[in-house]
Amino acid sequence: MSLNDKREELERKAHAYVGKDSGIEVGPDPVNEVMIRQLCEVINDQNPVYVDDAAAKANGFDGIITPPAALQMWTMPGARPPWDLTDEEKEIVGNRQSISKDVELNALFAEYGYTGVVGTDQEEEYIRPVRPGEKITAHLFIDHISEQKATALGLGYFITVRRVYKNQDGEEVATSTFRVLRYQAPAQPAAQAADAPQASAKPKRLKPPMGHDNSWWWDAVENDQFLIQSCKSCNTLRHPPRPMCGKCQSLDWEGVEASGNGTIYSYTVMHHPKFPGFDYPFVTAVIELEEGTRIVSNVVDCDPLAVHVGMPVELTIQKPDGELKLPLFRPVA
Amino acid sequence: MTISLKDRAAIAGIGQTEYSKNSGRSELQLAAECVKAAIADAGLRPSDIDGMTTFTLDTNDEIEVARAVGIGDLSFFSRVNFGGGAAIGVMLQAAMAVATGVAKNVVVYRAFNERSGHRYSKGIAEGIVTADLIHWSWYLPFGLLTPASWVAMFTQRYMHEYGCKPSDLAQVAISTRKHAVNNPNAFFYGKELTMDDYMSSRLIADPLRLFDCCQESDGGAACVVTSVEHAKDLPHPPAVIRGVAQAAAADQENMTSFYRPSISHLPEMDLVAQQVYQMSGLGPDDVDAAIIYDAFTPIVLWQLESFGFCGRGEGKDFVKDGNLEVGGRLPCNTNGGQLSEAYIHGMNGVNEGVRLIRGKSLNQPAKNDHVLVTGGVGVPTSGMILGKL
Ligand SMILES: [Zn+2]
Repeated sequence: MSLNDKREELERKAHAYVGKDSGIEVGPDPVNEVMIRQLCEVINDQNPVYVDDAAAKANGFDGIITPPAALQMWTMPGARPPWDLTDEEKEIVGNRQSISKDVELNALFAEYGYTGVVGTDQEEEYIRPVRPGEKITAHLFIDHISEQKATALGLGYFITVRRVYKNQDGEEVATSTFRVLRYQAPAQPAAQAADAPQASAKPKRLKPPMGHDNSWWWDAVENDQFLIQSCKSCNTLRHPPRPMCGKCQSLDWEGVEASGNGTIYSYTVMHHPKFPGFDYPFVTAVIELEEGTRIVSNVVDCDPLAVHVGMPVELTIQKPDGELKLPLFRPVA
Repeated sequence: MTISLKDRAAIAGIGQTEYSKNSGRSELQLAAECVKAAIADAGLRPSDIDGMTTFTLDTNDEIEVARAVGIGDLSFFSRVNFGGGAAIGVMLQAAMAVATGVAKNVVVYRAFNERSGHRYSKGIAEGIVTADLIHWSWYLPFGLLTPASWVAMFTQRYMHEYGCKPSDLAQVAISTRKHAVNNPNAFFYGKELTMDDYMSSRLIADPLRLFDCCQESDGGAACVVTSVEHAKDLPHPPAVIRGVAQAAAADQENMTSFYRPSISHLPEMDLVAQQVYQMSGLGPDDVDAAIIYDAFTPIVLWQLESFGFCGRGEGKDFVKDGNLEVGGRLPCNTNGGQLSEAYIHGMNGVNEGVRLIRGKSLNQPAKNDHVLVTGGVGVPTSGMILGKL
């Protein structure tokens, strides 16, 4: 399956979650004074309305209230989240915890290589103070999934999750909107290597953006084919591909197989700045193919200092970062 | 009916912020400051401005700048694409608006935090969002991501074809730096550059070294264009636009035109030169000084060739013997250029071109009847010749 097809498949599956009720999150305990006091000690919040019933009443509340920032605490899973429990343990825990669709969605993105995650922003709205004895449930909605974005961390998607917090009577007490970026992490953290021993934690190159006018060419590379676009009506070759023939304005074209032989027309040895996925210094060159078109690629399997204009080169399809297949060139032996 | 733009419009006011590595304020504020300064320099009030033009890449909407500065009603606003190639394209817009009566007083501006904000040298990977995504797909996986690397590809071929050497490129960097040494607003004010400094600077994208590459800067520059008749009544001697043009040439790509039969010259700048000379009735011998867009040293050589100051492949010889310095054949980038003053996408160069005509450059050549100013290259580009009234 081509990169483009995989991307479309992921987007189709992911978008099925958008705008739908995505389940609930329920914490193990009701709101209680012990956890409130412990939280206030940890964060050093000395406001008496959180710990002293009389002080709370003096401030116009019915009694002790929870700090608003504690909102998420009441619906967080225990130290061992539900998806880590064995079936037997789930029996014991019973209905005190539930799995939201959020977890499924995260697993889906991870399956397609979007293992990196970073929170980007969060908004909370407090409707009224929450008081001990209330049992808080978060109702989840996946509000939005962005188009694929090229970010500094890598290609990724911004996912907006809205939570509506209700008490045991279904009364809304707060809402929050949380946005995360799920991205193709260039490097796997070493900590995860323990149970999936990956030899290379090598950072990945940025993948070529895909569209109607170029994905066919990259799909061919995935299948070890190296093509040049050829006009079906006047046989003019063109690269980079374009939808119309500049010579005869025909929209009919095909990809014809190229020999992969060429010479270096010009080149540069890249030193700075350094991007992930490349070993510096490396050579990027304009290669003149024997069919007459030119292409930009890397010259590999040789000393960068040996590269010169006019050097004969030949095609070698490789995965320089272990993942992305690229048509590269090496000196003719 | 054909309207010639020759001697129809003039630059009556110039303004700029300081240039720095971290402006500490918003791009909108930089734009407002330089626009205000240009209007004041022209002896006008903000309410006199009825047209605005800038670069497609500028983040400051015309109406936002207008509100900030107190410019009222606008009858003309426009933008020009392709990065620094727009530098004189915006002047063409302003001249056309003035010559046709669409607007009376047009302010041209460009302001950005290119150093402290989004740096172009960080590559296209961070900022790509639009239709040119597919274009970049042919370069991105091969690591050809930065302006220096695109220019290096043309430079290598040029050096191969014409025997140009790194020491020839150094001549451009060294002469330009001599001008910056006298300019307190230049990044390299007071700091000379020697051949040893140049040769020992690190490689960025071979054959380009650190000192072949321009500054990355925060700042804004603006100017006011009005009719020649109106400009006569304003405080400064007008810098009359004798000829101005834009061009894109066949098989042009955005910085990566590697597929033309020859890549060792600039067909689009050849076209600009033809049009500018034809409109103005002038030729290379009439040009006394120049602001040649110098984001990188080699692009100066190619433009000298496009404008006929020397033959094809002879740029490397022309830049020797101090020809680009005051007292030389073509005093060039007398502000220190983008290499040594600041990189404000060529708009700081427009202002220096006006100073040269006014006789107010910090490195003023004796003869200043006509000054050439060019836009960025590797992209569809632009150029103009300024003259005295
Ligand atoms: Zn055709």
